[in-house]
Amino acid sequence: MSGIDYKAITLDGLWRNNQALVALLGLCPLLAVTNTLINGLGLGIATTLVLLLSNVSVSIIRNWVRTEIRLPVFVLIIASFVTAVELTMNAYFHGLYTVLGIFIPLIVTNCAIIGRAEAFASRNPVMASAVDALAMGIGFTAALVVLGALREFIGQGTLFDGAHLMFGESALNWTMHFGDNYEGILLAILPPGAFLGLGFLIAIKNVIDQRLPKKPAVKVTEATATES
Amino acid sequence: MPKQMIKNYAPAFISAIILAAFAILGSSLVGFSYESTHEQILQNQRETLRRQINDVFPEAQHDNIVIDDVVSIKDDELGDDEVKVYRATLKQTPTGLIYSPVTADGYSGDILLTIAINENNQVTGVRVLQHKETPGLGDKIETRRSDWIKSFDGTSLTSPRSEKWAVKRDGGYFDQFTGATITPRAVVKAVKNTLQYHQLNKEKLHTMEPDS
Repeated sequence: MSGIDYKAITLDGLWRNNQALVALLGLCPLLAVTNTLINGLGLGIATTLVLLLSNVSVSIIRNWVRTEIRLPVFVLIIASFVTAVELTMNAYFHGLYTVLGIFIPLIVTNCAIIGRAEAFASRNPVMASAVDALAMGIGFTAALVVLGALREFIGQGTLFDGAHLMFGESALNWTMHFGDNYEGILLAILPPGAFLGLGFLIAIKNVIDQRLPKKPAVKVTEATATES
Repeated sequence: MPKQMIKNYAPAFISAIILAAFAILGSSLVGFSYESTHEQILQNQRETLRRQINDVFPEAQHDNIVIDDVVSIKDDELGDDEVKVYRATLKQTPTGLIYSPVTADGYSGDILLTIAINENNQVTGVRVLQHKETPGLGDKIETRRSDWIKSFDGTSLTSPRSEKWAVKRDGGYFDQFTGATITPRAVVKAVKNTLQYHQLNKEKLHTMEPDS
């Protein structure tokens, strides 16, 4: 199919309509797990995987499902994939699974996923939906990782703490310690630190956007998801 | 039924059928994932448990498969919940018991512990499996934050003496943390209670029928 602007879709996902920083979707898991970089990365990858699976499936069935039942069908699809991903993580990334715990099943309630299903995948062909899912997922993951790194660095003076949960025993020495007797700023680890950190990230993004040379009429490819 | 009515309801029926089809598809996917990961998950859980027990009880002092020799007990001294006790033996002789009590005396929520005690009523190790204590303050009970929990190694009800089984602020033997007294106090109390229970009941526990 011609006429699909993959570049615009990618840019939207990564930056212009970043699900965490612009659409402000999926904040519950975002704020809860980002106390370390690795936790953020783990949840980000799991979310991206679910997003990809759900976007592709929704796009495949988009012409068969009557509009009045599309939302329950989407929820069914998403919930099934999340459970499958949860079981797979429990089986093959057990350490990380025990850390992320409850937030894996909660991916079901991440509005970013049903938001993309409804706003994009249900109206666009499979390829475009897959690209959209990857871009949105990576954008979301990037926000989780940056916020996680920020909070981990300020809160306990380390980076990559717990990398072995994800990358195996060989990653045990990946943890970087900054300052030997750094006590850490507790606030950064506690939930308020997550809100503050996210606020700063959004502010930084807005500053960068303002500094960028204004392009004539930024193209809006689709409406921003309305769920919150 | 008049024709008109059937016509009116047809879309609803079709919708219901589509929805049911997706429900079946979804459940099949979940069922399939469960079947294909079930073995691995069980094995992971056993492996985790085995490592936890090896952390607190020396491998040289048992030759049985400790995680398979388990009895469940319920006693007020060990909290409100049923406690699993893993039994270690060496050449069929009991060498120690590994308790998994839960204490609700922490600062926030339950603290899940593993406490191993040998036949001389000495603690060989204590670990925290799960807790919701304040990060940066109460979480020093984890080995990845501090070595505090290892100060129980080798202790018993006679060393330090029974009345010294408390944190320093309460006139006892064990350190508290800066800014957090409630958490270590809860752990000390739980270990002490388990020691007392162990002293009185270990023979009984060793002769109980194991859980299947």
